[in-house]
Formats: sequence, C-alpha cells, structure tokens
Amino acid sequence: MGAFRAFPYLLPVLSGALVLVPLIATGSDSQLPKARTDLNPKDVKRVERVTRPTADFSKAEQFETMSGGAATTKAIVNGDAFSHFSPNITFEEEQNFKLGNALFTKLWVSSPSSTQASDGLGPLFNARACQSCHLKDGRGHPPEGAADATSMFLRLARPARTDEEREAIGDYRKLNFPDAVYGEQFQDLAVPGLASEGKMEISYEEIPVTLGDGEVVSLRKPTYSVSNLGYGPLEGDVTLSPRIAPPMIGMGLIQAIHEADILANADPDDKDGDGISGKAALVRDHMTGELKLGRFGFKAQNASIRDQSSGAFTGDIGISTPDTPFSHGDCTKAQAACLAMPTGVQERLGPVEAPDPVLSLVTFYSENLAVPARRDIDDPTVLKGKEMFYSAGCTACHTPKFVTRRDAGNKAHAFQLIWPYSDFLLHDMGEGLADGQQVGMANGQEWRTQPLWGIGLTKTVNNHTFFLHDGRARNLTEAILWHGGEAEAARSAFAAMGKQDRTALLTFLESL
Amino acid sequence: MTRKTLLGAAMALFAASTMFSSMPARAETTPAAVLKHYAELAQAKYEDSLTTAQALDKAIDALIAKPSDATLKAAKAAWIAARVPYQQSEVYRFGNPIVDEWEGKVNAWPLDEGLIDYVDASYGTESDENALYTANVIANPKLKINGEEIDVTEITPETLRSLHEAGEIEANVATGYHAIEFLLWGQDLNGTEAGAGKRPYTDYDKANCTGGNCDRRAAYLKAASTLLVADLGDMVKAWAPDGEATKNVEADGNAGLTAILTGMGSLSYGELAGERMKLGLLLHDPEEEHDCFSDNTYASHLNDAIGIKSAYTGEYTRVDGTKMKGPSLSDLVAAKDKALDKEIKGKLDATLTAMNVMKDRAQKVEAYDQMIGENNAKGNAVVQKAIDGLIDQTKSIERVIASLDLGKIELEGSDSLDNPDAVFK
Repeated sequence: MGAFRAFPYLLPVLSGALVLVPLIATGSDSQLPKARTDLNPKDVKRVERVTRPTADFSKAEQFETMSGGAATTKAIVNGDAFSHFSPNITFEEEQNFKLGNALFTKLWVSSPSSTQASDGLGPLFNARACQSCHLKDGRGHPPEGAADATSMFLRLARPARTDEEREAIGDYRKLNFPDAVYGEQFQDLAVPGLASEGKMEISYEEIPVTLGDGEVVSLRKPTYSVSNLGYGPLEGDVTLSPRIAPPMIGMGLIQAIHEADILANADPDDKDGDGISGKAALVRDHMTGELKLGRFGFKAQNASIRDQSSGAFTGDIGISTPDTPFSHGDCTKAQAACLAMPTGVQERLGPVEAPDPVLSLVTFYSENLAVPARRDIDDPTVLKGKEMFYSAGCTACHTPKFVTRRDAGNKAHAFQLIWPYSDFLLHDMGEGLADGQQVGMANGQEWRTQPLWGIGLTKTVNNHTFFLHDGRARNLTEAILWHGGEAEAARSAFAAMGKQDRTALLTFLESL
Repeated sequence: MTRKTLLGAAMALFAASTMFSSMPARAETTPAAVLKHYAELAQAKYEDSLTTAQALDKAIDALIAKPSDATLKAAKAAWIAARVPYQQSEVYRFGNPIVDEWEGKVNAWPLDEGLIDYVDASYGTESDENALYTANVIANPKLKINGEEIDVTEITPETLRSLHEAGEIEANVATGYHAIEFLLWGQDLNGTEAGAGKRPYTDYDKANCTGGNCDRRAAYLKAASTLLVADLGDMVKAWAPDGEATKNVEADGNAGLTAILTGMGSLSYGELAGERMKLGLLLHDPEEEHDCFSDNTYASHLNDAIGIKSAYTGEYTRVDGTKMKGPSLSDLVAAKDKALDKEIKGKLDATLTAMNVMKDRAQKVEAYDQMIGENNAKGNAVVQKAIDGLIDQTKSIERVIASLDLGKIELEGSDSLDNPDAVFK
C-alpha cells in the first residue's frame, strides 16, 4: 500500500547509525539547503521565471501539456494511463522498469512453497502483491463490495507516553509508537494456520452541505472500528488511521525536487499572515539515519521512494528486504504464533525473503512511472477553471510548478519543469479530516498536500472517483468540500462560486 | 536530452544527409521508402496472423463438432502455427501507439487461468489480489466483481470482452492467444519437470464430458477464437496503405524511423530479454514462461527475434513461403556507416543463433521451463546466451543513434509555444 511508516524494529538498526552521527540529532531543518545548490545564477533566474504562477488565463502556458517535463507519457489514454514508463529512460533502464513491474505485480506465496524465490508472504499481511492495492498503478478505494478491502488498510499508532518517548519523537528517531500487540498496522489477512488480526469496519453518516447557490451536496462522514480481533483488545490510546493506496505516477520527479524549493514555501509560523502555514517534515533516512526532508506518504513520513517501498514490502506483504530484514513482517513479540511461522528466507539466495535486486528493481519501477500529458489545456472552460482554481487560493498549497534538480540521481528526472500541484508540506486540514494520529512532525490534523497530476484520469484508470486519504469523497466536489483548517478559505471560495464557475474548476481538475 | 528526442533529432540530421548528399550506393533509399516498406511488412505479418488464426478458428470448430484426440491435436497444431507470424509482428509494438493500445486484447500475459476454467487444487482457491482468481467463468453463469453481479449465462465475444482485466487486475486475461492456449492445453502442472498441459479432448465432449460444463467450455473457446480473428482483422486494416497505423508512421520520416528503432530496442531489451526471460531465470519460476501451457515458449521467443531482424533488414518470409524484401533501415545505415550496418547484422544473427540453440534444446533435451529451473546450469546458460545476444544487439541499436553524433543536438524551438509538446530545458 502506498502509505508507509518507519518500523519500530528499525530502531535497533538505526540506533547504531545514530551513535555515529550524533551531530544531526537536533530538531531543526538547519542542515537542509536553503538555496538551489545545483544551478548557476543564470539558471536560477530562468527557474524563478518559469515557475512563477501565471496571471494570464487567456491561453495555456508554455510547457503546460507536459506535466512531468520530458518524463511525461503521451501514450493513448486508456486504463493503462498510469502504467507507462517515462519515455526518456534508456533501453537498459526500460528493462529494469519491466523487471520491477513484474515484481510489482508478483503474487507472493506463503512458506514453504515449491517456488522458493517467491515465498515468504506474511505471516500477517494486507496484500499478496504491490499491485493488489495499487490497482493499475492508480488509486485504491474503500471496500465497496464484500471481499475487496485490499486497497485500503488501517495504520495503528499511539502517542508518546514518557519523556523518553517524547524525546525520541523530538529527535526524529520515532514517528510514533505501535500497538504492543498489533504492531504498526492492522493486517486483515494471515497465512494458513494463523489467525488474522481482524476486520476493518466502516460506517458512513451522510451530512448535507449547502453551497452558496443553494445546491445541496451530501458528504459521507466515516467512522472506523475493528471487529473479530484475533489477538485481544487494542491499547486504549491507539488510534486507527485509514489509508487508501495513492497513485504511483511521477514519484521519481517528486524525489528530484530540490529541498530549497520545498522549504521556500514553508511558513510554519504563518509569518505572512495568510492563514496558511505549511510545515516541512523532517525524517530520518531508514538506512543512514541522516535527517532529510520527508516528502512521500500522506504524512510526508518518508524521504525516499526506497524507504517507502521497503516499508511496504515488509509491513503490507510481510516480505523482508535488505533494508527491512524482518521476515515476520509486522508480527510483534506478543504474537508468538506469528513469530513461530516459517519464513521464506533461503540462505543460498540471501538473508532476506526479497534479496537484491528485488527491492532495487521495484524502487526503480516506482520512480519511473510516467505522468500522463494534460488534455484540453486550451479549452476555454479549462482555462476558466484554472483561473477559478488560482483565484480561490488553491495554489497556496497545491503549488503548480517546480523545476527539478540538475544533479538528480536519474538523468531522466533532472532539470524537468514539472506540474505536480503540491507543495509537499504538512498542513492542518481541520477536524473533519483529522485522524488524530501523530506521525513524526505531523500532528493528528496535519496532512501532506497531495499532488493533483493525473487526478482527472482516476475514472479512466480505476473506474471510480473516490478521493482523499480514506476515499470518503465520492467525487472531486466532495473532496474539495472536506478541506478545512488552513484550506478553509479556499474551500469557502469554491462553495460560494456559482454553478458555472464550480463546473469550470472541476473541468480544469479533470484535465490534469 | 531524451532518448526519443535524440533519436528524432538524429533522424532529422540523418534524413537530411541521406537525401541531400550524393551518396553513391543505394542513394534511392529514402526514409519515406523505408517506412512504406515497413508498413507493407506489417500488413503482411498481420495478414498472415489473421489467416493462421482463421485456420485455428476452423480447427476449433472441428474440435467442438467432433471432439477427439485427432481434432484436439489439430487445433493445438493450428495454434502453434498461428503464433509464428504473430510473434514476428511483435516488433511493431512499442513504437506504434495504435499497436500498443490494441495488443493487450490478443497477447496479454501472464494470466490467472482460474478466471476461465477449472484449475488444480494446488492452484489455491483465493487470491486477495484477484477476487476472480478462481471465478471459473465456464462453471459459473453468475460472477461477482467488486460486489456487483455479472451475468455470464451466455458466453459471447462481448461477455469475454467485459471480463478482460475485470476488477482492474491485469492478470484477468479473458481473451487472446493465451486464453485459447489454456483452453486447448490446460494447466502445466509439471513445474520445472518435463511436460506441458494435458487437457483431455473429452473436456469438449458433451456426451462424455470431463471437467464439467463442456458446452460452456466450447462456447468460451469459440468466442475467444472469434474475437482473435476480429482483432487481427482490425490490425490488418490499420496497416493497409491508407490505414491509421500506416498514416501515423508515414506522417513524419523522423518519427517513423524512431518508431522502428524503438520497437526493436524495447522488444529486445526490456520486454524479451528482461521481463520474459531474465525474470524467469532470476526466480527460477516455471510460471514465468510466456507460452506456459503449451511449452511453446522457445518458438515464441525465437520468432520475436526473427521479427526484430526483419524490422531492420526489411525481409520477411510469409507463411506461404513468399519472400518479401524492400527498402530497409539497413540500407539507410549502410549508406551512412557500412561497418555499423555489418556490426548490427552480425549481432542480430548471433541472437538468432543463440535462440536456435535454445530451440534445439527445447525440442531435443528439455522444455523452456526446465531450462530456467534452479540447479540447471546448462539450461540456464542456454537461456542466458540468448538474453546476452538481445542486450548486445540493443547496444548496436543505440550505436545507430550515437554514430549520428546525437549528443550535442538540441531541438530548436523547444521553448516555443508553436510546439505544444515542448519541454523546458
């Protein structure tokens, strides 16, 4: 699944690294660069000019079609729209992409099995393959029928209880603390012979909202709980945070945005008084312990796609990787039966269930899924909607443009003008969306701004239009109306628009 | 610069030098002529795919009308024959968006066969990924997809179309060559041991039916075969002289030549050497075999390689034995750099040699899925050699690009709104 977390198990691994690098254990972003270190002065100016938000809505902007710069796919738009590799990778990289894709769709099986390189599932798991949740590399959805809860799960966490624990969070060594029995997430599936952790329950309450022009929209407010608990009750202060799998496109480009460009939009104390703060998330690299800018996950809790992928392998599927050598996945000490199950480690193949190059290939794949080209950028309604989007203040957080770093690890991602429509910062989104769960620097009301590129193809790719972190919104209008907190003013501006302007704004989003 | 931009720019330069400089030999070969012939070969390959699929369709009619070992064997032979021209056409993928968009309907792989028909108990009964993992359309007139009931009482081409990639799961392959393959051969339950699928003809015998629902199985097979014929017919039309695919590829000399090279490189390296061959070796997993029910994988790979060479040389031998030849990429490259033309031809041949060794081994020693098994150094090495050949030939494909000094070329006007696809540099 797309939502990830740091592992409690990781702590022993990390602490070693931390001892070696005590200097970075301080609570600020002072180590992160405040200016583009990769550009000459001439390029700095060019980048500033080209990323300035437009004020001209009479025509499309230069380069606007190519949301991911040269990494944009122009393939015929169909259900595969999120599954193409960036056209600017080499033939050799294309092979890595395809191997990564095959591993991404691969069904892992429980141990022992006849195909020893493919076993190691669980023992507790949410899914048997990456693609189980990232359907068509797109967006997951809440369970609509009886048997398809797969593309969504519950994250479990409790807040710090002691000064020592508070210090661990302050030091970025911990994001939060797991349930003593159930661990960091609620796995509703288990291998044969083991009880699953239970079942996620959702109930919805319809809440009517009246817009400025009198139109009434019904929002469904979810309540989450768990049933059929397999291992006794959850701890009292543990919260449930539901997450659907987010789309996989453009992640390598996001990784290639320079820290300085993201920090430039941060205003944690709202010094400019616009009611929008924006906080950069600081997290530790899982392997080095280095303090980095978090940019992936609903709470910006991971700095790299590799960290995100290894976390998903082990937490969601129960497959250990070189970075997360926990072959029993999210089993805790209190789950003795789980820890007693066989693992899929084959010593001759390596000490973990998915030895390299599996993790590197899946990471490469995840970094190179192309963003689809925009459609209809010159359409008058789209342009009108774009104007509405800007004038309502949506761009205060949904930052239209960045130019990625010249020294990006992958050339295909370097120096591209990209249009993700996100600032990748944490914002208070109000009580309505709150999950009450702290994740590192993000408190229970804060979420990372989600990128909007590709959002208009959700229906085409996934045949649904469920949005937000838990898929509660049934369409874009509902998704916008759920915005609160720092986004309250923008939400109100949308609600106050006449029907025509609202429709135009939605048409603009559909063209992304 | 991007690969394709590089390629495009290179071709612009290349085209200019070929057309306007006074090249002594083969000066008559222009990119336009090469592309015209490339489209003609495409049409011929899809026509051959169509006629062999029509023969398969007839053999399936015979099997259904009179199920016997002989009619089943004839249908299997027709399927294997039909794969030859189709696999040779695969090099038209990747570079041609129309082919890419269409391809999944006829050649999607891998597939969860439990969607279609009965499977062995060892297959397992559930997959969280795929609620239709063992849906068994042939046995169940009503299915549930995401809680929604689907009526498959009547098995028609339209029903199959609606089941394809059901629930957004790519492994729900309801149509195409591999669905038909499964219905003729059945599951290969031999792992990396010898043997292909062993479906008995009585699976189609309504009087002495094995496997249950022989009438519905027959209806499924016929519907899948009907769709295959229709889909191939669409591609023949697309590659007619005034067809959409032909027009696309001929519209722009640079883009057209780019399409040829992209198809060759992408099929060689990522698709064939990578996903279809290297992954199986990496995992030693017999499921990672392209034509896994029929054990025809070696032929499938070999014909891909023949197709790649054909895209370069402009030569194709039709199923009736007719030899086609015309202006080719090889002519263009030879006019510019004879040594490079020789090099790439040598590598394309080396790959074919390695593929033929693999074919011999498959026919005389062990099947492809045995070759990729663990602790089979000899078999592994034979497959690896073919992979190495494919990777090596891709390097020469890239050299075709590099020889034209592409590194320094930037597209003019890339910051002009006249070109809406331009990217910031």
